[in-house]
Amino acid sequence: MRTNSNKSNPLPGFGITLGFTVLYLSVLVLIPIVALALKALSLSWSELWQLATNARAMAAYRLSLGASFAAALLNAAFGSLLAWVLVRYRFPGRRLLDGLVDFPFALPTAVAGLTLANLFSEHGWLGRFLVPMGIQGQSTRLGVVLALTFVGLPFSVRTLQPLLENLDKAVEEAAAILGAGWLRTFVSVIAPTLLPAVLTGFGLAFARGLGEYGSIVFISGNLPFQTEIAPTLVVMRLDSGGFDYTGAVGVALVLLIFSFALLFTLNWLQGWSEKFQRP
Amino acid sequence: MNLPRSAKACSVEPPARPSARSADATPPAPLRPPRSSIQEPPLAKWLLIGVAGLFAAVFLLLPLVNVFAQAFSAGLAGYRAALTDRDTLAAIRLTLLVAAISVPLNVVFGVAASWAIAKFDFRGKAVLLTFIDLPFSVSPVVAGLMLILLYGANGLLGRWLEAHGLAIIFATPGMVLATMFVTFPFVARELIPIMQDQGREQEEAALTLGASGWQTFWHVSLPSVKWGLFYGVILCNARAMGEYGAVSVVSSKIAGKTDTLPLLVENLYNDVSHPAAPFAVATLLALLALATLAVKTCLEWKSRRMREQV
Repeated sequence: MRTNSNKSNPLPGFGITLGFTVLYLSVLVLIPIVALALKALSLSWSELWQLATNARAMAAYRLSLGASFAAALLNAAFGSLLAWVLVRYRFPGRRLLDGLVDFPFALPTAVAGLTLANLFSEHGWLGRFLVPMGIQGQSTRLGVVLALTFVGLPFSVRTLQPLLENLDKAVEEAAAILGAGWLRTFVSVIAPTLLPAVLTGFGLAFARGLGEYGSIVFISGNLPFQTEIAPTLVVMRLDSGGFDYTGAVGVALVLLIFSFALLFTLNWLQGWSEKFQRP
Repeated sequence: MNLPRSAKACSVEPPARPSARSADATPPAPLRPPRSSIQEPPLAKWLLIGVAGLFAAVFLLLPLVNVFAQAFSAGLAGYRAALTDRDTLAAIRLTLLVAAISVPLNVVFGVAASWAIAKFDFRGKAVLLTFIDLPFSVSPVVAGLMLILLYGANGLLGRWLEAHGLAIIFATPGMVLATMFVTFPFVARELIPIMQDQGREQEEAALTLGASGWQTFWHVSLPSVKWGLFYGVILCNARAMGEYGAVSVVSSKIAGKTDTLPLLVENLYNDVSHPAAPFAVATLLALLALATLAVKTCLEWKSRRMREQV
């Protein structure tokens, strides 16, 4: 495994640390994935196809994808705005706001779900104004989007923030010297350099949304065909399928494939956006 | 085109400028665009701050304040009763136990993985990094299911485990494994970029001066990453104590026995007779999150000060 450039590297411990790393990853990640794959292979192709693509599962994927997309879009818009405001402006409470951005990341998802479900319920602080207006947060698809927006918010802010901090002021000055107004400067000069980071943040929030479970179960009501997301369906199949677990395997496999696809897309996106950050 | 005056000056060819300048007694003002064309008008600025602030208030501040408000809605006595309940104390103990096993193991993994990845070149590094990132994108529920398929009664190792009287799924070891899966990247992800930035000159110098490999690691490498390591541990711990999805799949979720704090929150939420009780338990987890954020902010200030001193 060790390549030529290590021949001049006198540091010790390569074998043991790499060995331990690979062992640890095998026990925690690789062998469990193999277990899932073996279980899937033990089913016939048509059975697996039926488990993965029946109407209830398809409805769950649609909701998972759609709600994650909507939440990631909301975060791309408002998260970018938050990042912009935090980096470019000085105003009272900025430090507090900056610290608070990581709150969804630090707060256990079960607590997030609990408090959001309460906020948007009929008697909650927001629900008491929104429900009479016909905006129902609890047990609706909107609720799923709201929970995913909360959970994904730090990703879009934190991917964009360092880029904004390192923006070259001279480029903006050049644009202004050449006659562009502030709006034109933003649209034609600043925005294009931010786009890869915004997309990366979008992708991270989207990936997080697809797998999210804890915050959703409290607010969505988990109604099959309506507000049931794919991870919830996995749990439902596990609980109802006796001790066979086959019911859960099809949906879990699809979710795992989604995760791998997203991971590779994100790695590629991050490489692309790093090109833009290099001076 | 209606260019500002200073912009027109820019169109003069560069070589022509020095002579023009020497002819002129007063040095020209440095080329600066008018402020108004860089800075958006104050109205737009405050509008943006207002919208961002409103969004943050609804999605960040309100959920936080609401946890505490609902927790105390049954009064101080109700709050205390919920927290000193036998099931709550058992959940606190189990949560601490799970974190006490999984966090140190993940720290050892994080240090080992970052040492191998940051200090050495080898083939397959990108694949290894992808595997380390996997828990960030795999649904915790799927992680729990994979553990069941491996260690559960009908799982690959199920029969062997049963024959030897070992219970993993629906018992504490399963919850520890699920927690480890979800939280193992945090220390490694924190350390790898720091160690990569530092290169290996210092370690090489120490080795040349006669230090042993272990001394080099302990006295040279570790001190220079200690704050990153500390932050990784804090983050890993917050996630370990708050993990819900993966743990809920592999736990039998019996209050007082196999409930961690997040699972107890769900258990109490389903029991509608005490609406304030799940929030009271949730305040413990919210305080943990706030403490984590406070440590993070302190460390960021510290590192910023250190960078300014350099």
